Amino acid sequence: MNYLTRRLAAFPLVLLGVSVIVFFAIRLVPGDSITAMLGTEAGLLTPQQRDALAVYFGIDQPWPVQYWRWLLNLFHGDLGISATYGKPVLEVILQRFPLTLELALLSMLIALSVGVPAGVFAATRNERPSDLAVRVAAMIGQSTPSFVFGLLIIYVLSAGFGVLPTMGAFTPLWEDPIRNLGQLILPALTLGFAFAASVTRVSRSAMLDVLSDDYVRTARSKGASARSVVWRHALPNALIPVVTLSGIEFGYLLGGAVIVEQIYALPGLGRMVLEAILQRDYALVQGAVLFIALNFMIVNLLVDLAYVALDPRIRLENQ
Amino acid sequence: MIKERTKTHFSAIAMAAMLGVSALAAPANAETLRMAWAQDATGLDPHKQAAFSSIRLLELIYEPLVRLNANLQIIPGIATSWAFSPDGKELTFKLDPKAKFQNGAAVTSADVKASFERILDEKTGAVNRANYSSVASIEAPDAGTVIFKLSQPDVPILTAMTDTNSSILPASEIAAGTIGTTAIGSGPFKLDKWDPNSKEVLSANKDWAGGPTGVDGIEISVLPDESAILAAMRAGQVDFALLNDPLIATLVPREATLQLNRAPALAYHVLQLNPSRKPMTELAVRQAISCAVDRQAVLDTAALGEGKVTGPLTMPFFASDPNGLFCYKRDVEKAKKLMADAGVADGFTATVIAATGEPPTAAAEAQVLQAQLAEIGIKLDIKMMELNVYVDTWLKGDFDMAVALNGGRPDPYTMYNRYWTKTGNLQKVSNFADDEIDSLMQQGRAETDAEKRKAIFNAFETRLAEQSPWVWLYTSYGYTAQQKSVQGFVPMPTGSMFSLAKVTVQR
Repeated sequence: MNYLTRRLAAFPLVLLGVSVIVFFAIRLVPGDSITAMLGTEAGLLTPQQRDALAVYFGIDQPWPVQYWRWLLNLFHGDLGISATYGKPVLEVILQRFPLTLELALLSMLIALSVGVPAGVFAATRNERPSDLAVRVAAMIGQSTPSFVFGLLIIYVLSAGFGVLPTMGAFTPLWEDPIRNLGQLILPALTLGFAFAASVTRVSRSAMLDVLSDDYVRTARSKGASARSVVWRHALPNALIPVVTLSGIEFGYLLGGAVIVEQIYALPGLGRMVLEAILQRDYALVQGAVLFIALNFMIVNLLVDLAYVALDPRIRLENQ
Repeated sequence: MIKERTKTHFSAIAMAAMLGVSALAAPANAETLRMAWAQDATGLDPHKQAAFSSIRLLELIYEPLVRLNANLQIIPGIATSWAFSPDGKELTFKLDPKAKFQNGAAVTSADVKASFERILDEKTGAVNRANYSSVASIEAPDAGTVIFKLSQPDVPILTAMTDTNSSILPASEIAAGTIGTTAIGSGPFKLDKWDPNSKEVLSANKDWAGGPTGVDGIEISVLPDESAILAAMRAGQVDFALLNDPLIATLVPREATLQLNRAPALAYHVLQLNPSRKPMTELAVRQAISCAVDRQAVLDTAALGEGKVTGPLTMPFFASDPNGLFCYKRDVEKAKKLMADAGVADGFTATVIAATGEPPTAAAEAQVLQAQLAEIGIKLDIKMMELNVYVDTWLKGDFDMAVALNGGRPDPYTMYNRYWTKTGNLQKVSNFADDEIDSLMQQGRAETDAEKRKAIFNAFETRLAEQSPWVWLYTSYGYTAQQKSVQGFVPMPTGSMFSLAKVTVQR
């Protein structure tokens, strides 16, 4: 069996494990769909009323029975119905996913196009003032929480200039690309800012390592130009840790960026999962976490495949 | 968005200039009200949804038999008139013949009967059912008349009927089992679109019995961060917003184009003691805690002074001057003496639970109380919990003390019967029963004379403050913010935003 097949074969097992953990973990937390809907008024219900609502929310059976029922439906491609949205879970997730994917891609784009050149620049000027400046900027970027940066942007734009992109009602890319970008650029900048800082730091240190390698010295002694040494010889090898970092970060971003979505009122996956947990919308939490786990595994697999493309010495079979 | 609006505005002016008319001559109701709130509704079944955020949406779509005005007096809703029989055991309503559901059908007594039978049916899980324990039967002698036969005189039942949770639904929709999936009410607005946690689109119900609405529709955006709501208002994107956090609300008046509406709320901030746990089983200890708390300082520190110190009764008609209540003037020496009398002069340790962000002042309140009670030797450990976990713990009565924001009701009996009568549904939470308080509650339920009721509930309030099962702190404000171009909004002590039905926008 080749590597890819083996990795893909492991997917269902991992997902099964994730499903067990999320199913029981969310139910172990005190409170249920009834207290989430009624708050303290739930105390006014008679036992019969409570039972009727438990049937309504599908939480009347013992947990293992509930899990088994859910799993059987899952095999038929049915993730259940979200109690909050009154729609199939998969439909709700797929409605939210394009925004999350677009935001993740945009912020990655910003982070990589700023972070990699900045890291390379700093590495080639090791310990010089310009290196120091990049490092300080990266440190600030990494240590500023995204809610501070996000709120700062919103405040400056609204109080200083009286403008702000439309918040709340989100326009999909295919309906109006310009309006869509207008809505996503600030959130992407907020996310990309912190991420660019990490990319800068990692690519700087990886670049420094590679620049002191023998083959780089050989290239230099053979008369390759400084530019060619850095960009053609050193950079591809220095990119491996950057790819690892980006893969992990991208995986996280596909699970939604809760804080940024919250601040900019973006209806993405992160906020959806948060609301679903607060509302104890069990079916939606379970479905969404499975979906996010699957994304994470796919991204991980792609990262591993990217290693081979970047460094032919790596053979996946031997890993 | 901004660009687009400027463009629209520009072309409107150009068009007006071309036609030689003023752009301002457009009818006021040609506008859509752009609204924002941080928390969205959680469902569409008006009989089941108890969350404040859900009620704010549903009250624009559905109507109860009767309503409350800003002075908490009962005014017509679907019913135009009502009367109790002389023995107080029959309540008759005459329905508005103009009332129509949004599907075009007239609202009849059959709909009222079906709606209340749905509430009373335990299988529904209706949140307001507990208020209708006295209903023996419902009769509909003709299409425009409904009679509630009661097993005992029940004056507060009329106030309970003002709740959105007692809305009238079409009997046909109840029979079809579509309540909660479709929203067909008789209220001023129709729900055209609901994308949970993102937006709602409402359009004016042209058939509304209350006459034409002030705007053509309402578009509600869910902006979960209230500072983002304020920013969107500054940028002119939002006309009207519901605010929860006093820290944000107090920033609104600094903006020249914005206006803050404040209505004293019926809900009260309270430190709940658990009188079933030692040493709070002792009256002297509970009283000591009450004496050691500086309520004004809690209000000033936790809520920037945005509110009013209160006793147990928060509705203006029934509330008495809190300064006359037991130990409302802080007295640490008296508190220490009471602690010594109870044999706990050295103090004790207790845990206080509070919900994260609900209300936004909860953590700050707990901290101020912690500092104040430390002065009489009580060491408070603060335990912050996610709201749902808190509710679960609270309902089980599993706490020493709890910082809470409890909902208020226009009628003292409906508000407190759950906690302070011996058969109250939330006895497990209050853990306190007192013969005198119980008897005063029963008297208040049956008394029909307003002044006599007031005297009964005054005695109830005095006794409750003296027994100190809880330490009532303050009532805050319900906040809404609006552009000054929005006119006609009437803030309500219940937090109701029903007056949006008549609001106009002059852009």
